[in-house]
Amino acid sequence: MADLVRILSPCGMLGYGFPASSFLKGLEYDLHGIVVDAGSTDAGPHKLGAGVSIVSRRAAKKDLELLITHGLPRKIPIIMGSAGGAGAKPHLDWTLDIIYEILAEKKLSAKIAFIPADIPQETVLNANKHYQIQPLTPNIPALNAETILQTHSIVAQMGHEPILTALENHSDIIVCGRAYDPSPFAAVGLFHGKDPGLSYHLGKILECGALCAEPGTTKDCILGTITGDSFTVQSLNEKRRCTPVSVAAHTFYEKEHPYILHGPGFTLDLEKCTFEEKETGVVEVKNSRYQSSDEYWIKLEGARKAAYRTFVLAGIRDPLLLEQLESVEELVVQQTAEYYSEIDAEEYEIRFYHYGKNAVLGEREPVPFFGHEVGVMFEVLAQTQELASSICATVRSTFLHFGYENRKSTAGNLAFPFAPSDIEFGPVYEFSIYHLMKASGDFFTVHYEEVADGCSL
Amino acid sequence: MAALYELAKVIRSKNSGPFELTLDILFDSAGTYERVKNSGEMTPAAISKLYGIDESQIHHFVFFDQALGIKITMARTVSSGTIGDRDVYGAQQHAPLFSIEID
Repeated sequence: MADLVRILSPCGMLGYGFPASSFLKGLEYDLHGIVVDAGSTDAGPHKLGAGVSIVSRRAAKKDLELLITHGLPRKIPIIMGSAGGAGAKPHLDWTLDIIYEILAEKKLSAKIAFIPADIPQETVLNANKHYQIQPLTPNIPALNAETILQTHSIVAQMGHEPILTALENHSDIIVCGRAYDPSPFAAVGLFHGKDPGLSYHLGKILECGALCAEPGTTKDCILGTITGDSFTVQSLNEKRRCTPVSVAAHTFYEKEHPYILHGPGFTLDLEKCTFEEKETGVVEVKNSRYQSSDEYWIKLEGARKAAYRTFVLAGIRDPLLLEQLESVEELVVQQTAEYYSEIDAEEYEIRFYHYGKNAVLGEREPVPFFGHEVGVMFEVLAQTQELASSICATVRSTFLHFGYENRKSTAGNLAFPFAPSDIEFGPVYEFSIYHLMKASGDFFTVHYEEVADGCSL
Repeated sequence: MAALYELAKVIRSKNSGPFELTLDILFDSAGTYERVKNSGEMTPAAISKLYGIDESQIHHFVFFDQALGIKITMARTVSSGTIGDRDVYGAQQHAPLFSIEID
């Protein structure tokens, strides 16, 4: 067992970029793993539903090139969590394709492990039938067969177990499908015999890159070190520094509870944690507790198509129109419905957003509006793009020329920044599955591939 | 009297998964944290009024003394990134907290 286990997190998301100088500074330490998270549901359900990535291929390749060309010759395992953002098959394939391309270009050899996280619909249907599925929070509807069948892309978040298997099998590069964000980091600590509570809590801190430092950013490197009864974190860039508040704040980050964190097969209890600056910029954390769950539940994520969208952006400066904006919009909707009287109003939805006027908080906005111009966005949602676009075009032309009461500006009501004014968005998705499923710990299979001098064997 | 935003080091909002929104308020001194905690202004009732939501929609309201922070997690009315959502990352929902005044 190593006395110290050091893990370098280059950035908060693969493809976000990081200063090469910070990364090279990290390589001066004896590292046990270079681990980068690539996943998030933050950008919404579209990435999982459409099978596309959050970052560009160009950016992902830039980051991966640095990790691979420096990590491989030093025999430091390189691990990626939640490949391609959403961690489903197209995202995993996309990431592996970039890795093979880099290995071929640089004529490098590597043992690659990849761990798919896709869950077949039948598995979910069956589990649901046997009451082994529950919503993650009370405001998520219970699953039914129809929803499952409409959800073509379902993934589950893996824990550290399959990643540990890949490390035990001497993999140089490990690419995970959807993973619980801290798991790829925790796997390195656990592989070297470290405490699971410390390993997972450090993973939670490291997965966002230098966001736990001040000034925080996801686009810089951070170093984590696990000892016997504590871990430390430190910035690898002299422009930022970890402090007890910045690290404690990061423990809070994006979780529903400040000190009870649920992961696959366990709960992390951080209530008794202490955060201390051991030496300048090196924050030591103690007392992170790992409690195994009696039952193993994994988190499922799935996205289904909700509608197609066409939208318009425009500005309104006319004070007479601003005074009666909402009532004019109601009349525009009415007139559109009258024009398309053959289409059932249930078949489409028209929504207005007023930038500069309660757009961000919506109905929750407590402050009264005061201003001289408003950016209006309106969207039409329907089950086909053709219908959404047809109705949106009618809303737009009706709104543009609408003769509201007391109007002076008879030439037009909207200032369009773009021509064409109507933008076809394509499909809109929704998280249709965000549930826990009872499962065994060995749910994920590790696959291996050898590359020698850039060529697959 | 002081405004909460003057006393806190961090006031932010973020998705906690696509179905929940979480608010973090963090302090850099134990004295200020205790002052806010004991002020009587930070209660689930005050937050539900401020955000115009039912108290049952607040899933967690926790003071974390060790980290000098307060966390409030509420149900999203619309899940992240789908029809009707106004803030995909949930990153700009913290602003109403600025209006809280602490004795």
